Amino acid sequence: MKAVCWFGKTDVRVENVPDPTIINPHDAIVRVTLTAICGSDLHLYDGYIPTMMKGDILGHEFMGEIVEVGAEVKNLKVGDRVIVPFPICCGRCWFCKNDQWSLCDNTNPNAWMVEAMYGFGGAALYGYSHMYGGYAGGQAEYVRVPFADINPVKIPDGLPDEKVLFLTDIFPTGYFAAENCDIKPGDVVAVWGCGPVGLFAMKSAWMLGASRVIAIDRVPERMRLAREACNAEVVDFEEVDDVYDVLKEMTGGRGPDCCIDAVGMEAHGHTADALYDRVKQVMRIEFDRAHALRQALHCCRKGGTVSIPGVYGGFIDKIPFGAAFGKGLTLKMGQAHVQKYVRALLARIERDEIDPSFLITHRVRLDDAPAMYRTFRDKEDDCIKVVMRP
Amino acid sequence: MQSAEILSPESQNSHSSQNVNSRERWLSVVIGSAVAAYGLSRRSIAGITAAGIGAGLVWRGASGYCAVYDALGLTSVPESNHDTSNVSVPYGRGVRVEQTVTIGLPPEEIYTFFRNFENLPRFMSHLQSVTVLDAKRSHWVTKGPAGSDAEWDAEIINEIPNELIGWRSIDDSQVDNAGSVHFKQNPAGRGTDVKVILRYDPPGGVLGAMTAKLFGEDPAHQVKEDLRALKMLLETGEIASTKGQPNGLPHRAKLRERLAEVVR
Ligand SMILES: NC(=O)c1ccc[n+]([C@@H]2O[C@H](COP(=O)([O-])OP(=O)(O)OC[C@H]3O[C@@H](n4cnc5c(N)ncnc54)[C@H](O)[C@@H]3O)[C@@H](O)[C@H]2O)c1
Ligand SMILES: [Zn+2]
Ligand SMILES: [Zn+2]
Repeated sequence: MKAVCWFGKTDVRVENVPDPTIINPHDAIVRVTLTAICGSDLHLYDGYIPTMMKGDILGHEFMGEIVEVGAEVKNLKVGDRVIVPFPICCGRCWFCKNDQWSLCDNTNPNAWMVEAMYGFGGAALYGYSHMYGGYAGGQAEYVRVPFADINPVKIPDGLPDEKVLFLTDIFPTGYFAAENCDIKPGDVVAVWGCGPVGLFAMKSAWMLGASRVIAIDRVPERMRLAREACNAEVVDFEEVDDVYDVLKEMTGGRGPDCCIDAVGMEAHGHTADALYDRVKQVMRIEFDRAHALRQALHCCRKGGTVSIPGVYGGFIDKIPFGAAFGKGLTLKMGQAHVQKYVRALLARIERDEIDPSFLITHRVRLDDAPAMYRTFRDKEDDCIKVVMRP
Repeated sequence: MQSAEILSPESQNSHSSQNVNSRERWLSVVIGSAVAAYGLSRRSIAGITAAGIGAGLVWRGASGYCAVYDALGLTSVPESNHDTSNVSVPYGRGVRVEQTVTIGLPPEEIYTFFRNFENLPRFMSHLQSVTVLDAKRSHWVTKGPAGSDAEWDAEIINEIPNELIGWRSIDDSQVDNAGSVHFKQNPAGRGTDVKVILRYDPPGGVLGAMTAKLFGEDPAHQVKEDLRALKMLLETGEIASTKGQPNGLPHRAKLRERLAEVVR
């Protein structure tokens, strides 16, 4: 079959590889009908996530049709249409049972690698380095899905792929980020990053009762979508002197009640701290550029919440922890517990409350993946979200 | 039972003194330098870890003191005053490993599974087979490091249903060893803590174990991974694996990989 494989920094190729097979009794094989490139994939593309190996198959946002099930999968049959959440979860451990799915104990064969780095490790992820399990991803014609009795969600006929694909990651991730803010009536929610995660966080903030949503980015097309599709007030961080001053003014001197960092470790910036990160990241002393995170911590009102769906991988310098402490902030973060939200969000799509396909800008074939990784990374050609048909 | 695991006071107070013999010291410096150089040449986590291990070995060789040995409570400097006539693994010799995992099942279920020793190879990757001979005795066959197989008979020496099982190898076994597993229920549905304590005298002596460690056969790591596999098996009915899945490595590179495995 064809698959998008990682060969090194900014080197992804479409290769012919053997088809996946059932390895464990709860596995299923899915024939992929639609898959997407995620902002998280860009961290792999740019070489910031350790323990990738040449030839690894990428992709964690995918959906398709069941073509084979293992002996222990009783609730799915060949021909079922499913979306597959990006964290691979067992559904039986303490974390899964407590709705902390992305912290699952039982799916990462290389858990010791994450443990060496983070103390304890969570769920394995598709196509996201060996420290996260080394599972082959779904930017391919076929993919093996572990614990298929738990993870995939059946999609009713009549809902097109493009409307439901983002239930695999970015829609639940945005929702998770907004839910982590514990939004109260009257709350102002500021979202750094108008990428797919940020846009869904904005939509979700409205769903959860925000009274205002402010979006921060610099890419015109993305800011336009935030304004028009997500009803946000937009701040261009390259056009203003200081994002802090602007946000403070916009909120009557209080600061936003909730701040969401939907940028992650590859933030852009033009202040001293951003330059400092850039140098260190290039020298591989620091993995992460945390400009947006620092700004969110600095701008958040006293007693507010900073929710961090943006991915960080390693160590970060110059985090204003004094500000977080001094203002009594609540910090919430992590890989999204997709399985916790996916059914309720599917119901919203079925009720026509939201059509997640609004942010798709590029519809291409799997063969176009190498070019599309670059286009998406460089935010060229007004690219916001790429979907690929094998 | 803890007291049996503890060393004689002399060797316990040996922080400033030496617990690594001269042949091992020499080997430590050589292997350590190589590992450190290799580790530093790679920018990965594994590389950094390797560099750390390497540097530790150089220090161990240069100083004749090994913190790892000390932590495990063992020494490779010969001691003459220990009575070793009546135990499987004499005090101060061999390797001691202690690891714990939490499993989301009541102790009875885990105990019952474990007590049938023939289940052990299902989650202990280095065990080939265990054959139960009678109520107390069993025959164990391992896949040792680098293909060195070993086998022995073991007997259960201590047993409290749903709480603990203790065993040891009998007389002239190839690998003298003793072990115990303890089950302790946590409150509020937090499962059962399963603790395994192993002591063994590996073929090739203590250095053999150190060398094995360098090649990824670290016994503590092994026991930890085995317990992880036990947890996966009991909680989910399978052990997470990606063995045999496709990747885009060109055919030649794959062949080289397989060759490297065979050579090892
Ligand atoms: N927690 C999770 O489960 C989860 C899931 C999916 C994605 N993510 C992460 O979320 C982040 C965003 O993902 P995405 O798909 O939207 O990526 P993306 O790259 O498309 O979007 C990032 C956006 O941030 C903007 N940006 C850069 N620097 C900024 C700054 N200083 N201030 C404000 N905006 C800035 C960029 O212009 C871009 O529009 C990534 O780190 C990704 O890894 C996390
Ligand atoms: Zn993603
Ligand atoms: Zn789980």
